[in-house]
Amino acid sequence: MPECPDISDTTSLDDPYKTLGVARDASHEAIRNAYRKLAKRHHPDLNPGDAQAEAQFKRISAAHQLLSDPAKRARFDAGEIDAAGQDKPRPASYRDYAQGSAGRRYSPGGDAQDSWDHEDISDMFGSMFGGGRRPSGPQRGADQHFTLTADFLDAINGATRRLTLPDGRVLDVKIPPGTDDGTTLRLRGQGGEGSGGHGDAFIEIHVAAHAFFRRDGADIRLDLPISITEAVLGASIEVPTTGGKVRMRIPPGSDSLTQLRLRGKGVPAHGKAPAGDLYATLRVTIGKPDAALTAFLQGWTPEHPGDPRAAMEASA
Amino acid sequence: MIGIDILITQISGLDRGDLERWIGNGWVRTEGTADAYQFQAIDVARAQLIFELHNDLSINEEALPVVLHLLDQLYSVRRQIDDLGDALDRLATREFRQALARQVQHSRAEHEAG
Repeated sequence: MPECPDISDTTSLDDPYKTLGVARDASHEAIRNAYRKLAKRHHPDLNPGDAQAEAQFKRISAAHQLLSDPAKRARFDAGEIDAAGQDKPRPASYRDYAQGSAGRRYSPGGDAQDSWDHEDISDMFGSMFGGGRRPSGPQRGADQHFTLTADFLDAINGATRRLTLPDGRVLDVKIPPGTDDGTTLRLRGQGGEGSGGHGDAFIEIHVAAHAFFRRDGADIRLDLPISITEAVLGASIEVPTTGGKVRMRIPPGSDSLTQLRLRGKGVPAHGKAPAGDLYATLRVTIGKPDAALTAFLQGWTPEHPGDPRAAMEASA
Repeated sequence: MIGIDILITQISGLDRGDLERWIGNGWVRTEGTADAYQFQAIDVARAQLIFELHNDLSINEEALPVVLHLLDQLYSVRRQIDDLGDALDRLATREFRQALARQVQHSRAEHEAG
């Protein structure tokens, strides 16, 4: 504790030397230092709500004002004046404003701060009534963050994946169906250990790309190669979907880039989201040179001759 | 609202350059532009406080932002406690407030006893 004269003693009101705790022959500098030391402790704006600090600060200020003025000090020493009436009236204090709503102007986080929201109330009740202020009290463990790369099909259909943590613990992470890239899963109570229970583990899921499926929201897209025969004559073919193979009919005369839809074969329904669709974009493949096909085309006169690039030329 | 010239006359010994630097540092807020600053009453009181911290209490400008930030937090918490007190005054019954006061005393005693 710093040395502090007993300035609550009312007799010291009349003795500014005693108020400041300095000798009668103290130098100007010593008086100033004594004042500073006391003012730092008792300045009312640094002690809002403390009436005693305010009263003490008044006495300190009055004593300093008297003793810091050589003429006044000499008159006081000669007994010509007493210490009364030396405290000059102070203008309105900062605390008078800061305490009220005007004080929001200087809120630590800007004007809008110290408005009440749910978190503030929890924080406040937590620190006022909870264990928060007691460092010896139970502390919840820290939240931990991990990333997990999931196969495309696991993310679409849902799966359980085992994750080994750096500390050796093993977590079974349930990836729900329809999980999107970047989704963060929260595993309550699986984070760091603490005396007040474990924190939570947050697992960010990265979905790996698939060789031919692409996700587009609730829909799945894929490029579907078909033969020239299937394209011209039509066919019923097997198409891979994220839920297994299904049969699909290719209508006769299907061009490349024709898009066919398989309703409900996209991302399966999950939560409140309905199932999406599968969109297959046809790619007609010619395959290796075929003598019979070549001979046929050489002797072939199309029934409807036309330029497939006519639309391009028209708009060029 | 008052202008900078009047503010300077209200705080005896205040240097204009110091005040302008404090404004620039964001320690004192103003309305208006640099050629016609306007100050609210709280800004004047804050300038007075900074002046006293700096001149009378020898807190240098390196340390001032720390002191001001701590003070701003202190006053923010005090305003929140006042808000909470007002809310309790309005919502809580007399019996509840008395029980709350007893419980706070009790908790403190328990806490101090370790």
